[in-house]
Amino acid sequence: MADVSLHGIAKSYGSAEILRDINLSIDDGEFVVFVGPSGCGKSTLLRTIAGLENVSAGELRIGGKRVNEMPPAERKIAMVFQSYALYPHMSVYKNMAFGLKFAKTDKSEVDRRVRRAADILKLSALLDRKPRELSGGQRQRVAIGRAIVREPSVFLFDEPLSNLDAALRVNTRLEIAKLHRELGATMIYVTHDQVEAMTLASKIVVMNHGRIEQVGAPLDLYRNPRNLFVAGFIGSPRMNFIKGQVRSVAGHSATIGFAGAEAVLEVAPGRVKAGDEVTVGIRPEHMAQDGPQTIPLEGRIDAIERLGEASYVYMKLAGGEDVIVRSPGDADAAPGSGYIAHVPSRSVHIFDAQGQSMQASTRMP
Amino acid sequence: MRPLARPGRIAVHIALILYTILAVGPIALILINAFKTRRAIFSDPLGFPDARTFTTIGFDQVFAKSDFGLYFVNSLTVTVISLGLIILIGAMAAWALTEYRFRGNTIIALYMAIGIMVPIRLGSVSILRMMVDLNLVNTLTALILVYVAQGLPLAILILGEFIQQIPKDLRDAARCDGVSEYRIFGSIILPLITPAIATVAVFTMVPIWNDLWFPLILAPGDGKQTVTLGVQQFIGQYVTDWNAVLASLTLAIAPILVLYLFFSRYLVRGLTAGAVK
Repeated sequence: MADVSLHGIAKSYGSAEILRDINLSIDDGEFVVFVGPSGCGKSTLLRTIAGLENVSAGELRIGGKRVNEMPPAERKIAMVFQSYALYPHMSVYKNMAFGLKFAKTDKSEVDRRVRRAADILKLSALLDRKPRELSGGQRQRVAIGRAIVREPSVFLFDEPLSNLDAALRVNTRLEIAKLHRELGATMIYVTHDQVEAMTLASKIVVMNHGRIEQVGAPLDLYRNPRNLFVAGFIGSPRMNFIKGQVRSVAGHSATIGFAGAEAVLEVAPGRVKAGDEVTVGIRPEHMAQDGPQTIPLEGRIDAIERLGEASYVYMKLAGGEDVIVRSPGDADAAPGSGYIAHVPSRSVHIFDAQGQSMQASTRMP
Repeated sequence: MRPLARPGRIAVHIALILYTILAVGPIALILINAFKTRRAIFSDPLGFPDARTFTTIGFDQVFAKSDFGLYFVNSLTVTVISLGLIILIGAMAAWALTEYRFRGNTIIALYMAIGIMVPIRLGSVSILRMMVDLNLVNTLTALILVYVAQGLPLAILILGEFIQQIPKDLRDAARCDGVSEYRIFGSIILPLITPAIATVAVFTMVPIWNDLWFPLILAPGDGKQTVTLGVQQFIGQYVTDWNAVLASLTLAIAPILVLYLFFSRYLVRGLTAGAVK
């Protein structure tokens, strides 16, 4: 068991900067998810922690020990790859035992660990099969099994579910969560799927362009995104963004005009002045809530997607912006007709011209 | 239209059949005529041996007049040792050149590629001088050294291509498992490139076995001749013992055929590798 800490980690290939000044501390037993669009450096960061890539600057510590110069095998980590990376010419058993063989582990101990891992992952009946005779989900479990038998302090997962079909993905996701509870080991998990991030993580690290945008608990990121990028990345369908302008400011509240409406909203003091251009962010699921203190937004419906439990209304607001509204499944609406979205004012996010949130970070939706 | 009857398909098959006849023809001629009397060889070269024309006099001549067993062992020694060295050194070099980034990597790779384009025979004179200086003339070692040099460039190219196709994750996974670089090469890379090794083996082995040039200039001495050189003694300036020539050629084909059949099982997989995931 071990904590992981990164101080000023940077990585560049020639003149291309892949990671810039990454500072992060991961507690023992935490489940941390790196999430971000492809090319944001999240996989490189994971490979850096694994020791498969050298860092250009900064210090990496695992269990309090500096590991910058250590080869992967000595870092007490185990990695699960997106492509599974099973040795194709070895049986499931040998795949799991392969690494232990060279760690001079006692033969009966190897056998015990492999059988225990196979038991946990329900692979016991498949131990003599070759990887090509397994389904995608089974291969993934073997890859996880290979990590378990090493009894690492830190598990590293590199997009482990992205090659699985949707149903299997949900199952395996649950299994990984269960595994984390049972083993209690530190886990670091890379994905571009924000649903995986929200469901698995005790802490999410949102990355973009080689930088950490925000770190926090899943719900914290959902409720208080620090900037436009995080706001747009976390949540599905993504948050609607509407151009707005500050009309007047009075202490903690500002009057902001957007989409033909005007609303008094709470802001962090001193951040805005009248006349500022701002971006107003509203999640689709907060746009069809009747009740007190709602802001009505008028528009026309372009299209409707009916999913059963909800209907996604694609509407064009009076100001010309396209937004998505998550309305009840039985919502009475038709393309071409008018529609009024009701937005509770406490669910409105405001970002300044630089894309930074203008609100104090202790709000509820 | 039935797919079998498509004109394009027919043309392809005709071309393939013609090529097969062209390729197999000479070998068939050698085999057929090796068992015929000299008179029958010339009067009816395409005819099969029958009761009247059948003879094994050629084989008797070969075994009586020459030390064929020795030639055979020489050829086999040179071919097998060269092949082994080419595959071992070639695979290791290919692994190093594709996997590790180091100063001079590209230069060395390029140098090897040039080796494919420049025929080694151009250097015959210098090679002979070098072998004389090294006291290696009339030894099998001289031949092995030359053949290893001749075979390495192509081996490195082909094996390098195959190694590159092995997913990088596999090597990374092994590194996370704490497997040493030598072990990764031996336990993961080598088993996965066996089809490529078979391909290289076939392409390298045949020219070595068939070579006449270097045995002639580097090891023509008694006791060191290879099969191809041994056959030459039956071809005279005025009289050629065709029975013996054809018989020794028949004997020379046999081992390479066996080796080919052994490797071809993998060869077919090698050529279609990547076609099916």
